[in-house]
Amino acid sequence: MNPDFFNIESALSEEERAVRDSVRRFVDERVLPIIGQCYVDGRFPRELIPAMAELGVLGANLPEEYGCAGLNNVSYGLIMQELERGDSGIRSFASVQGALVMYPIYAFGSEEQKREWLPRMAKGEAIGCFGLTESDFGSNPSGMVTMAMEQPDGTWILNGGKMWITNGSQAHVSVVWAKTNGDKEASSIRGFIVPTNMAGFKAKDVKGKLSLRASDTSELTFDNVHLPATAVLPKSGGLKSPLMCLTQARYGISWGAIGAAIACFEEALSYARNRVMFDRPIGGFQIQQVRLADMLTEIVKAQLVSLHLGRLKDAGTFTPQQVSLAKRNNVDIATNVAREARRLLGGNGILAEYASMRHMANLESVYTYEGTHDVHSLILGQAVTGLNAFS
Amino acid sequence: MKIAVCIKRVPEMDVTFKIAPTGKAVDETGLKWDMSDFDGYAVEAALQLTEKAGTGEVHVISLGPDVVQETLRKALSMGVAKAVQLKCDTVPFDAYAIGTALAAELKDGGYDLIMFGKMSIDGANGVTQFVVAELLGLPLVHACSKLEIADGKGSARREIEGGGELVSFALPAIVSIDEGIARPRYPSLKGIMAAKRKPLEVRPAQLGEVRLTIETMELPPPRAAGRIIGEGAAAVPELVALLQNEAKVL
Ligand SMILES: Cc1cc2nc3c(=O)[nH]c(=O)nc-3n(C[C@H](O)[C@H](O)[C@H](O)COP(=O)(O)OP(=O)(O)OC[C@H]3O[C@@H](n4cnc5c(N)ncnc54)[C@H](O)[C@@H]3O)c2cc1C
Repeated sequence: MNPDFFNIESALSEEERAVRDSVRRFVDERVLPIIGQCYVDGRFPRELIPAMAELGVLGANLPEEYGCAGLNNVSYGLIMQELERGDSGIRSFASVQGALVMYPIYAFGSEEQKREWLPRMAKGEAIGCFGLTESDFGSNPSGMVTMAMEQPDGTWILNGGKMWITNGSQAHVSVVWAKTNGDKEASSIRGFIVPTNMAGFKAKDVKGKLSLRASDTSELTFDNVHLPATAVLPKSGGLKSPLMCLTQARYGISWGAIGAAIACFEEALSYARNRVMFDRPIGGFQIQQVRLADMLTEIVKAQLVSLHLGRLKDAGTFTPQQVSLAKRNNVDIATNVAREARRLLGGNGILAEYASMRHMANLESVYTYEGTHDVHSLILGQAVTGLNAFS
Repeated sequence: MKIAVCIKRVPEMDVTFKIAPTGKAVDETGLKWDMSDFDGYAVEAALQLTEKAGTGEVHVISLGPDVVQETLRKALSMGVAKAVQLKCDTVPFDAYAIGTALAAELKDGGYDLIMFGKMSIDGANGVTQFVVAELLGLPLVHACSKLEIADGKGSARREIEGGGELVSFALPAIVSIDEGIARPRYPSLKGIMAAKRKPLEVRPAQLGEVRLTIETMELPPPRAAGRIIGEGAAAVPELVALLQNEAKVL
């Protein structure tokens, strides 16, 4: 059965289909054969980075003049969908590199910063991470305490720390968000390009993760890191700047979640048709058919949401609140699809040999990062009532 | 070195086909289409030859309605320099008619090597390259599993029952490609964008006379569903018992 039950294929351009098919083949040939073991080992498969770069998935919707593929946003979304059909950790790597590090350098950086970093990052020669969250400031990043002080000569001294930073320990460069010059207001927040080899910069892996195990997650500390004047992203200012990055990444996540859901649905469907119990395939029992029908329905709805959102983004008319709706809905349904798939698989469903429980556990991270499900509820609540539940 | 590869757009085969109401064709609703597998190997082999030589270029030709342009653009996104569509409303089921049109296009193209897949995976006739070789008076090596070009000469390997056959040939020549020669690369995303800027020429196909048509198509009788008995060594005794008593093949 084709999970594209509504022939959404027909709403894609030839180029969008070609992009999806190339990434799909990459995931089938390079990711799926190794990812279960990587997950068990708690290892991000770095060996895939050159091939991902060669394929062109890093910062794929940024312009060709900076060494990127220059694709539209629907193509970009399809890339995220296919990568996460492999594993949320692989998609997270690409999201962070493209939407959270290359995008802010592109949007808020000087021409020199763009020329220095974007082509190398597209080639996978420089890996990036994005430091916003702190241990005491997750859903509320405006409370952050990391501080950058400008010196008389224009250079900066950075102190503080970040928590839960994807790619942190393997990154060559970090985009760090910090308040500036002792001002505790969120309006003083600015972005800094911080090479990870600077004195005073430390990254330590978070141990004991039961989710997103094929991804590096780290704690960063900055102890009097002395940054050149050129480290600041000149066009960044206030919390709005990192939130713009998050809007980019969340858009991609809304697609990525569909990929994870499709992987689980396909696994569950194939299992339901082949697993015989009480002398017939379990797919012949009504309970399993309801399960599969519910999964399929939610996947189709999620696909339509993301596709339309992508068209709005390409037209330049999408809003962050629409992205919140898509991220919230699609990750939520994917989490449910993964859990139902795992259950349908019975005992086999708890094995790493099958994908559903890995996706189910991964999606708990995706549910939490980039704005928790609850936080997106409040964003939508504010959008429809006009009343702010945060303050 | 200038190489032409003739490619065909075919339905992806891992589906259950239905026959159209006419009874003479496959029902095309819902089918997905791609370059025929062997043609993909041929495009890859051609690209590798020019990459290895460091010079030369690869062109692709496909005969059919405008939808074949998607297949041509796929080849362009893999690295081919130029594509030609020989336009006709439907693709006849007759290698002579098709071969005539291809030969007319290839004749004055100045190609050192003309490549085909050994057969299309839908029609599975594997005759078109023979027609073209005959019409152009060129040597043909059919179903090559290895191919080398050096000093203006070619050498190829063919798999035959229980061994291999090594042949050498003068250029220009025609070769058709078997699987195993090279796995086609997947187009990079930049390649897909670049393909939009490469030349894709459209000319009317000068089809030869159509002397062969399909009368009726029929499906094989349906097979009973399989079943999973279990996994690993524990499932072996039951499997053996079933093969003995139920399938009666042991
Ligand atoms: C694997 C992983 C990778 C990550 N990668 C990155 C990264 O690369 N860069 C980065 O900067 N961050 C990253 N994060 C951090 C992530 O964005 C935060 O974990 C997230 O914002 C939630 O913050 P928190 O964990 O402090 O939870 P908290 O904010 O403490 O939330 C705890 C609970 O309270 C709820 N809650 C919070 N506020 C409210 C409210 N006002 N009303 C109702 N309920 C509320 C939340 O929904 C949640 O259920 C990552 C996280 C994980 C798990």
